[in-house]
Amino acid sequence: MSDAVATTGLYDCRDAWARTLVDVAAADARIVAVVNDSVGSSKLGAFQKAYPDRLVNVGIAEQVMVGVGAGLANGGCIPFVSAASCFLTGRALEQIKADVAYANFNVKLVGQSSGIAYAELGPTHHSIEDFAWLRPLDRITVIVPADPWEVEQAVRWAAVHEGPVYIRLSRMPVPMLDVPDRVFCVGRAELVRAGSDVAIIGCGTTVHLAVKAADLLEAQGISARVLNMSTLNTLDEEALHAAAATGAIVTVEEACVRGGLGGAVAEFTASHRPVPVERLGFQGFQPTGSLDYLFQINDLTPEGISAAALRALKRAGR
Amino acid sequence: MSMNDPIPAIQARALWMRRTAFAMVHRAQLGHPGGDFSAIDILAALYFGVMTHDPARPDWADRDRFVMSKGHATGAIYTALCAAGYFPESWLDTYMGNGSLLNGHPNRNYVPGVETNTGPLGHGFPVATGIAMAGKIRGTSYRTFVLTGDGEQQEGSNWEAAMVAAHAKLNRLTLIIDRNRLQQGAGTEETSGLDPLDQKYAAFGWDVAMVDGHDIAALVAVLGADPGDRPRCIIANTVKGKGVSFMEHQAKWHHGVPNDAQYAQAMQELV
Repeated sequence: MSDAVATTGLYDCRDAWARTLVDVAAADARIVAVVNDSVGSSKLGAFQKAYPDRLVNVGIAEQVMVGVGAGLANGGCIPFVSAASCFLTGRALEQIKADVAYANFNVKLVGQSSGIAYAELGPTHHSIEDFAWLRPLDRITVIVPADPWEVEQAVRWAAVHEGPVYIRLSRMPVPMLDVPDRVFCVGRAELVRAGSDVAIIGCGTTVHLAVKAADLLEAQGISARVLNMSTLNTLDEEALHAAAATGAIVTVEEACVRGGLGGAVAEFTASHRPVPVERLGFQGFQPTGSLDYLFQINDLTPEGISAAALRALKRAGR
Repeated sequence: MSMNDPIPAIQARALWMRRTAFAMVHRAQLGHPGGDFSAIDILAALYFGVMTHDPARPDWADRDRFVMSKGHATGAIYTALCAAGYFPESWLDTYMGNGSLLNGHPNRNYVPGVETNTGPLGHGFPVATGIAMAGKIRGTSYRTFVLTGDGEQQEGSNWEAAMVAAHAKLNRLTLIIDRNRLQQGAGTEETSGLDPLDQKYAAFGWDVAMVDGHDIAALVAVLGADPGDRPRCIIANTVKGKGVSFMEHQAKWHHGVPNDAQYAQAMQELV
């Protein structure tokens, strides 16, 4: 545990990713890493030191990075292609679609510094559209881990799963979720907190905020259910039925509200069980500001989420 | 297994591929016969005179790989794979039909012997670079061949791959450029000029060779030459629509399809 974690109780999920990749690479010689001059930002220094011949750095060239990933899989490797999400999913989207998903190669895409991690650098460096871009792609499993434990589970699962995967990581410091007897299961939402009046569904960096929002609601006598919907494109329909049974839903994501988690949940409720859904996230390109500032002005805070829950309850006539 | 057919036998294969590809296009009234015909001799040389592969084991780890980056030329790749024995001839009758395994662009999940899915241009060369990279990392000896169109070289992803392959010294990677000088709408040089392609690849750190892309003996010799210490680029000078008088050098036959009279005439010429 680093000093920063000891002081703040918060973790940079990239540490869990980097540590776990070294672990799985030790167990399977087929595992290689592919980067676009992103050894440092992907925290792959230890991997490079341990396996210099298994790190492919293509330079600043995302199209060939993803194409090379597909080719490495053809040649019997298991590539983890790691780059900033904004460039990985934006610049190389057609390669992700054609070379990875459609060709169905065993490629693991790892998006770093996703969402608005690069806050002040502006919308060119934000990756808030990646959910909408990758969610409809056939065959790719999209996983958005919420804390270091889930990052480690996702990387371990991806290493042994045969098929394309996108793991979306943040660099925003997050706490470890307090959930007893956790079991990681792709396609299953994690019930972080039981509740019956309203359901708050998050993924990635927003899950711990949803828990705090549930605390605020509890103080007002409202029982909020909190779900960690970390698999984004094979939705846990059983969990969504239970969420809809509360009668009101809030979705909260570090992504654009169009086409992401909120869109996916709204698709489900519209088809199966219409209930009010309040979608929190980003409406579009963000103004200049710090990560905290951008979370604040978009209601990605315990207070903003609890207020959205009250709106959803009001819309539900309660 | 290695297929080292004598040159006349490979020429006969190429003739069969042309006739069969044109019959497929005529039947489907769909396809890209101009590019099929410029590429067919190259594919015949590779599959029957150069590559080590085994149609009974398309996933054999040590097979030589061929990546058809100009994926629209399915008349060429499907007839090559069929002639080699990767799938039965009856499949060709279904070309681009409803529910067929033979899509208008090749799909490795449908067709044994297809190494990756192509169609959007500029994809096959980066994937082939990764295949060659895997061979180097894993210490295997297979060779990787990739064919792009010449117009396709306008896609920037090719030049990313050119840099990566040269930097990594992927000497078992061979890029072949089907230099028929025509793209879909017009000549390459009047669209976005490519010349001098040889100097460009040489400047990127590649071994470069030129060949007559319809001279099977020359193709077998240059494609089969031992790898050097760098990746190799072979510029194959070809004729779009090669073999049929009214199709040669005509951009409109990029995706033109024959009527019955044109088909009959082509069959008379392709002998």
